[in-house]
Amino acid sequence: MNKEFTCIVCPRGCHITVDEQNNVSGNFCPRGKNYVLKEMSAPERTLTSSIRITNRKNCVVSVKTSKPIPKGKIFEMMEVVNSLHAEAPVHVGDVVLHNPLGIDTDIVITKNIL
Amino acid sequence: MIKKDLVVIGGGAGGLAAAISAYDNGVKDILLLEREDHLGGILDQCIHNGFGLTTFKEELTGPEYADRFIKELKKRNIEYKLLTQVSKITKNKEVFYSNSDEGFVKVEAKAIILATGSYERTPGAIMVPGDRCSGVTTAGTAQKILNTTGYLVGKKVVILGSGDIGLIMARRLTLEGAKVICVAEIMPFSNGLNRNIVQCLQDFNIPLYLSTTVSNVIGKNRVEKVELSSVDENLKVIPGTAREIECDCLILSVGLLPQTTLLEEMGGVKFERNRGPSVDNNFELQIPGIFTCGNCLHVHDLVDFVSQEGLAAGKSAAEYIVNNKEEKDKLPVTAGGLMGYVVPNYVNKSAEELNFKFRVRKPTEKAFLYITQGDRLLKKQVLTLLLPSIMVEGKVKLTDLTNEPIEMRVDYE
Repeated sequence: MNKEFTCIVCPRGCHITVDEQNNVSGNFCPRGKNYVLKEMSAPERTLTSSIRITNRKNCVVSVKTSKPIPKGKIFEMMEVVNSLHAEAPVHVGDVVLHNPLGIDTDIVITKNIL
Repeated sequence: MIKKDLVVIGGGAGGLAAAISAYDNGVKDILLLEREDHLGGILDQCIHNGFGLTTFKEELTGPEYADRFIKELKKRNIEYKLLTQVSKITKNKEVFYSNSDEGFVKVEAKAIILATGSYERTPGAIMVPGDRCSGVTTAGTAQKILNTTGYLVGKKVVILGSGDIGLIMARRLTLEGAKVICVAEIMPFSNGLNRNIVQCLQDFNIPLYLSTTVSNVIGKNRVEKVELSSVDENLKVIPGTAREIECDCLILSVGLLPQTTLLEEMGGVKFERNRGPSVDNNFELQIPGIFTCGNCLHVHDLVDFVSQEGLAAGKSAAEYIVNNKEEKDKLPVTAGGLMGYVVPNYVNKSAEELNFKFRVRKPTEKAFLYITQGDRLLKKQVLTLLLPSIMVEGKVKLTDLTNEPIEMRVDYE
């Protein structure tokens, strides 16, 4: 049975097929091959969200995981993210939390709130 | 009254790139005007990642992408004003703006670049039938409210339209605890990027119903239910297919339109099928010295292309200001066949190369692009996997041009 994927690495969105011998076809670039092989073994996503800024009225600041995390951990990670808050000023790249859930990633600020 | 060499209207992706590029090409006396309280435009609320793969070879979030350009602007000490609304521009390159510090101000500029972005089609624009209750909003508004103030617009959400912002919001609302019941799309294909269907819908088991639309909105004060119906090939509701879905919010992601009010009120500007103004290959309107770029010219799917267009428009404006470069001899560029629209709509006869962008009107497996002038074929190219959601870019060498229009066509054979 061949497996079909839509690559999410870039906006091109290649339709990639993997056959039973793990031959990859339909990918425009090598990143597509890496993506489907990863997607079949341990799919990962970068999580983006926002956290509260406590010293500003009605204000949240955007954050992301600095590295992709296992897809199955997204909702667990959202619980961690929702428990976080920051105080302005914050800057792009500020680390809010190291290695959440013991995963090799950081939760970092993606917007300047001065 | 103030005098400036260049006024850039809009501090989003297009305006930032245009101002930076004009500066680097020799124009130092620049004023950039932005109506919001921040630079970066819509990028500020696009907190998801996937921006900048072309420009920076890495995946950034919207605010991070904007920050790169804002830093460049500030490094050059380019003057900008926030919370400043432009109310009028004239063919003599006068710009009228107002803000709470200065009141009403008139600027006389040598050139203007419009980078005013786009706006969302509203429920009224697509004539959503049913009750006029609260809880019906556009995807961009829902995004702004959630991502900049932290409020959810609904907890049980139906999304109409599968544009990228709608898909992105389906994921975002799900992450924040809302239940996104489904996305309904009237067309038999999605208008969003494939990658967003995978990572925003399939990842979260959100169904996408194609050839389906909202045939009724039901609710006294707040949306209580929406009625979904299937549509036929003419996009007409098929009677008897209606089913009711309980929800407290209907979000519309039904397309963006170029924001061109300033040009419409100024007059003398021709508009194209995509509702953007006609421009030449330097992004100049038919009024010399007025340039435009980004989503107010034509709606883009990638910010990277907006930035590239901004850089090109800024360079053209600088050439106009510094060298008094004025092109008189312009040939029309027309779009035909499956091609929905093309940018630019004119090319200067002196140009040696034409860079063009277009979209097709419907998904097409394989087609041919023909670029002709009179009987002469300038270029023929095979195109595969064409989608309306994907802008096609290309270029063609121009030699021995006559005075006839340049015709671009996409055809099956």
